[in-house]
Amino acid sequence: MMNVLKDWIFTTDHKKIGLLYLIGSIAAFALAGIMALLMRTELSAMGPTITNNPNDYNVWLYFHGAAMILGFQIPALTGFLANYLIPLQIGARDVAFPRVNALSVWLFYMGIILALMTFVVPNPPDVMWTGYPPYSVLTPGNTALYTFTVLLLGFASILGGVNFLTTITFMRAPGIGWNQLNVFTWCTYGAFILQLIFVPVLGTAVTMIMLDKYVGTHFFDPSAGGDVLIYQNLFWFYSHPAVYVIFLPFIGIVFDIVATFARNRIFNYKAAIYGGIGGIVLLAGEVWIHHLYVTGMPDWLRVGQMVTTLMISVPVGLLFISLIGTLFKGSISFKTPMLYGLSVIFLMLIGGLTGIPLAIVSLDLHVSDTYFIIGHFHYVMAVAGTFSIFGGVYYLYPKFTGRMFNETWGKIGFWLSFIGVNTIFFPMMVVGVTTGMPRRYWDYQQFPEAESFHVVMTVGAAIIALGFIVILINWIHGMFKGAPAGDNPWGSRSLEWTTTSPPLAHGNWEAVPTIKEGWGPYEYGTNKA
Amino acid sequence: MHKFGMTGLSLTSSLIGFMAILMPATGYAKEIADNVKGFDHLWYEVMVDITIIGVIFAAILLYFMIKYRRRGDDDEGSQKPMSTVSAIGWAVIPVFMFLADDLYMAAKGWELYNDYRNVPENSMEIKLEAAMWTWDYTYPNGVKTYNELRVPAGTPIALRMTSRDTLHSHYIPDFRIKEDSMPGRVTYIWFYPQEPGEHVVTCAEYCGLLHSRMAGKIIAMPEAEFTAWYKAEAEKLEQNLASN
Repeated sequence: MMNVLKDWIFTTDHKKIGLLYLIGSIAAFALAGIMALLMRTELSAMGPTITNNPNDYNVWLYFHGAAMILGFQIPALTGFLANYLIPLQIGARDVAFPRVNALSVWLFYMGIILALMTFVVPNPPDVMWTGYPPYSVLTPGNTALYTFTVLLLGFASILGGVNFLTTITFMRAPGIGWNQLNVFTWCTYGAFILQLIFVPVLGTAVTMIMLDKYVGTHFFDPSAGGDVLIYQNLFWFYSHPAVYVIFLPFIGIVFDIVATFARNRIFNYKAAIYGGIGGIVLLAGEVWIHHLYVTGMPDWLRVGQMVTTLMISVPVGLLFISLIGTLFKGSISFKTPMLYGLSVIFLMLIGGLTGIPLAIVSLDLHVSDTYFIIGHFHYVMAVAGTFSIFGGVYYLYPKFTGRMFNETWGKIGFWLSFIGVNTIFFPMMVVGVTTGMPRRYWDYQQFPEAESFHVVMTVGAAIIALGFIVILINWIHGMFKGAPAGDNPWGSRSLEWTTTSPPLAHGNWEAVPTIKEGWGPYEYGTNKA
Repeated sequence: MHKFGMTGLSLTSSLIGFMAILMPATGYAKEIADNVKGFDHLWYEVMVDITIIGVIFAAILLYFMIKYRRRGDDDEGSQKPMSTVSAIGWAVIPVFMFLADDLYMAAKGWELYNDYRNVPENSMEIKLEAAMWTWDYTYPNGVKTYNELRVPAGTPIALRMTSRDTLHSHYIPDFRIKEDSMPGRVTYIWFYPQEPGEHVVTCAEYCGLLHSRMAGKIIAMPEAEFTAWYKAEAEKLEQNLASN
């Protein structure tokens, strides 16, 4: 037992590190989910429901947002999936810097522990995941916890970025060219470029907050010559690209799932890679003002970034065409991972298209900061992202456990989640635009007509919770009792399925895989339909 | 030939989009814009636009899912590698179509945005100072009210906004308008109450403990009633000043 523990703590194996990320991020997801359930219960009726203290609600909301984004989505995508998959997809024996990789995962755990201290310290942080000053400086809440959580997780991200960019660039097995990479690998490449460029900006911003609050500087204090909006500019200069740090890997894993279960080549691969991913990386840093549409930014800046924001639809549209086109003349099997993959396309359609009115500055003046925007970003990022992660876990499950999950319960868990998320997030958008109820409200007496919507949403949250319990039990049960999976249960052509399940602890393969001329991860079509 | 036709169509439509962008910059309507109507109209158009796009994509997706479902366990897809020409076509044509739609909507959005930002000349300007957790209004004659803004129906109202402590956002859902108020900066909005009535004001930027209770109302009164109230308040104010 001690040996097993020691093995996991001191491991430098990318697969074990990936699984450590998975365990930590699923734990963060569960905790942040409990916060969501508390909030939904509070909102299920007007007036105080389960707490008389709005501060409780604000702390739940802070933890929900910060933990879901920084503790669950980014680590699950760029930690778990990237760590587990990328060396396997490029035929490498490990990442370029295995010990730096181990440092990243433990920084991530330290970050999670700091975040958990929210529930221990006397004045928990209540600054939302955005931490806007002056409130984050004025509040009696413990903003330092927020700063250090962000810094630790950010540091882990930078190390991950250096590691994976190096790995993908230099450690591909002989014979794998750039145009033979899995879409997921490409997407992660794009995501880590963004992390490397933009995380330092976020680190700067949250450090300035801390200096203002505890050291007495005046970066954001107008009475001493500071400016309140500098922070929001810095914060969103990172945090909008952060949306793509989440979006790219999740759409990447969906590409891999869809191609595998349709057993088909990627439709217009190069347009998806260079147009889609490349376009997003190029545009990511030029759209942040749309988060500041209602802060009194100069008009020329608002209108200019309305155009750049709308233009995001171009690379995203290319990815969509590629993704849907991959089904064309395919042979589609609807196993659990594929249900997640296909549902992400639907969820992204709703989430992506409802971003268009938000991008239009004059429409945003009404719907910004209302429930409409919560509905939108939950569809596009929270739900589509989480469905991709869960789909990815199901997809890789036979590889990392060597066993199969229960297909029927997998489908039940999926449908519960799918029904749940639509029950909660679609009414959210409707209530946002029809009543105008703003976000981050503990109570809504001025919007009595919103109450019936909130009842429906709370029911949706309960359905999601039930779905998650089913999923979790299925995962844990399958680990011990599942039927042996075999090396390649899905019939994939991708490299990660050529090794044993689970792969060898060190080196992944007996020998570095030999790549035949003309090989590609999506070269299907030798078995005729 | 077909593909070239599509390219031409896309190019033309994106050009129209560019021209539409330039249009709002030239010439300006004198009558007072009704931003509520403007908003509702553009919102409707955008909803139609995104619904059409969404339905097209979803329909194709569903059709593929049904048509290309797996029949035998060992079956594989049979999509052929793309020729360079069709690969470029499948990239360039959609790019122009998306771009055309984007620029068209951006132009429409900008047009409405100009209405939102151009305060009509005959509007009444009221100062707003937000604070945790109150809206303090100061009228041109010095009258102050808290969390309740009485205005004459039929006059456009402009608010010059700032804040004593943290960020707040003066949001009037009925008039489809909000903007943050901040310490050290002055921002503005305007709205046009055409009929007497009450409208909710609520805070849309997180400001701590009582953010959700930072609500007030705008009471649009018939002009004569407002004038009477306004004068009476001004007199009260003078008496107070005199007695001090």
